[in-house]
Amino acid sequence: MQYLLLLYADEAGFKRMTPDQAKQGLAAYMAYTDALVKADVYKGSNRLQFISTATTVRVVDGKTQVLDGPYAYSKEQLGGYYLIDAPDLDAALSWAARCPGSGHGVVEVRPIWDMTHPPSAGA
Amino acid sequence: MGSVQGDEQAGDEQARSTADAVARRSYGKLVAFLAARTRDVAAAEDALSEAFASALTDWPRNGCPRNPEAWLLTVARRKTIDMFRATRREQASSEELHLIEEALAAPRPNEIPDERLAMMFACAHPSIDDATRAPLLLQAVLGLDAKKIASAFLTSPAAMGKRLVRAKEKIRQAGIPIRVPGREELPARLDTVLNTIYAAFSEGWADPTGADAARRDLTEESLFLSRLVVALLPEEPEAFGLLALMLHAEARRRARRSADGEFVPLAEQDQLLWDHTQIAEAESLLYRASLMGRIGRFQLEAAVQSAHVDRCCNGTSNWSQVAELYNALHALTDSPVVLINRALAIAEVSGPAAGIAAMPDQSADPRLTEYQPYWAARSELLARTGAFQEARRANEIAIGLERDPAVRQFLERRRSTFPE
Repeated sequence: MQYLLLLYADEAGFKRMTPDQAKQGLAAYMAYTDALVKADVYKGSNRLQFISTATTVRVVDGKTQVLDGPYAYSKEQLGGYYLIDAPDLDAALSWAARCPGSGHGVVEVRPIWDMTHPPSAGA
Repeated sequence: MGSVQGDEQAGDEQARSTADAVARRSYGKLVAFLAARTRDVAAAEDALSEAFASALTDWPRNGCPRNPEAWLLTVARRKTIDMFRATRREQASSEELHLIEEALAAPRPNEIPDERLAMMFACAHPSIDDATRAPLLLQAVLGLDAKKIASAFLTSPAAMGKRLVRAKEKIRQAGIPIRVPGREELPARLDTVLNTIYAAFSEGWADPTGADAARRDLTEESLFLSRLVVALLPEEPEAFGLLALMLHAEARRRARRSADGEFVPLAEQDQLLWDHTQIAEAESLLYRASLMGRIGRFQLEAAVQSAHVDRCCNGTSNWSQVAELYNALHALTDSPVVLINRALAIAEVSGPAAGIAAMPDQSADPRLTEYQPYWAARSELLARTGAFQEARRANEIAIGLERDPAVRQFLERRRSTFPE
């Protein structure tokens, strides 16, 4: 099964880092990505620019509304993701626990909707 | 004519009672076996209930099969494949269906592997909503219906049904494995399973007279689950501890209320009403757990019960031992309940003033404001120091918070013992 690990963190924390800390942080993420690749779990990942670059779009009654800023303001913001392929939720959760993001923020684990199978056998 | 009808009725009767017995014995085993392979608990339950329905029409006509369990599994397997075919007809290749069919076959028809423990770990998975774990466990492993579970947990059947459906969908969609966790994860995950079983037991325990059948059954079902865990994980001392704790509580059930339904505190209970077979079993379980050399919450709580029984039966004063056990429990859990009981034990050893000093601080823990045992204990200790006015006030709050009429009555009677 594929899972998306959504990494949420306080952006202010990133901005306060010294260059040394930033280097260490980056190294931790690179090591983690390496581990995912070696375990043949890695499917993709990206880091996102800060929320000051975000723009939100919504179409209401045929009119496009474009707003500056993220969808929701909260202390922790979506800052990146990993897409992984793991046999089950327990495996995905243990990869999430190893992610540096779960140390300085939170990692939300979401299963990918498998479009080849309908969501519910009963419904 | 009449005799044929009589035979038919007898056949019906026998089929029904065989199906009933098989359901009771192996429902959870069959559901777990199917669900562990498809990860679809709801589909496994559906397939199995159809298989039971088929049994009720087939067995009276053709006689009970020699191995009813294998018969049911064969039918349920076919139903599962049919369901998959119907819902996934466009996507599923015949190859895929064949794979599922093979996975659903028992290695040997007479030996269906017991995967109920794996199912318990899935139902009590930390990613399942806390309040739904116990109901889910009772349904998936024991086959209790949502209506019965709802009445035991004091919710509406519709709301309970929805919660159970959602939890089963989460198991399937999020890929929660139906598997016993590896050695590394086992202790933490087993904790959740044991807590879940204890939650179900406590829910049943809240009805002390056993007047409410749904809730009385809950204590029996929880004991069954607990025995199952002990049998399947014979090297986990906390599993033994939980069973010992529940047996101690169960053993005193009949003594908890007087003939008039009044609450009887432990010290005044008639020991002839205690079930001494259950007490002996609890003691032996606790002893076996102690040999494994890993102490835990349930073993300590069972040891407290064991100390109470010993004191009541043999007249030995062991309150300092009880206080020690609560000290150890306090180190393991951050529970105000433990602190209250510890304070009561300290009061027995060093006097009521010391007990009051050891009580948790209500202003620091808002949970205590609405916790009846806190106010009842406080009132008891205050009265013993002679501070009757304060004792009366605490007792009034305790009365106002109590749900059980028998306990309320007990507290009301205590009010009259405080001199003006």
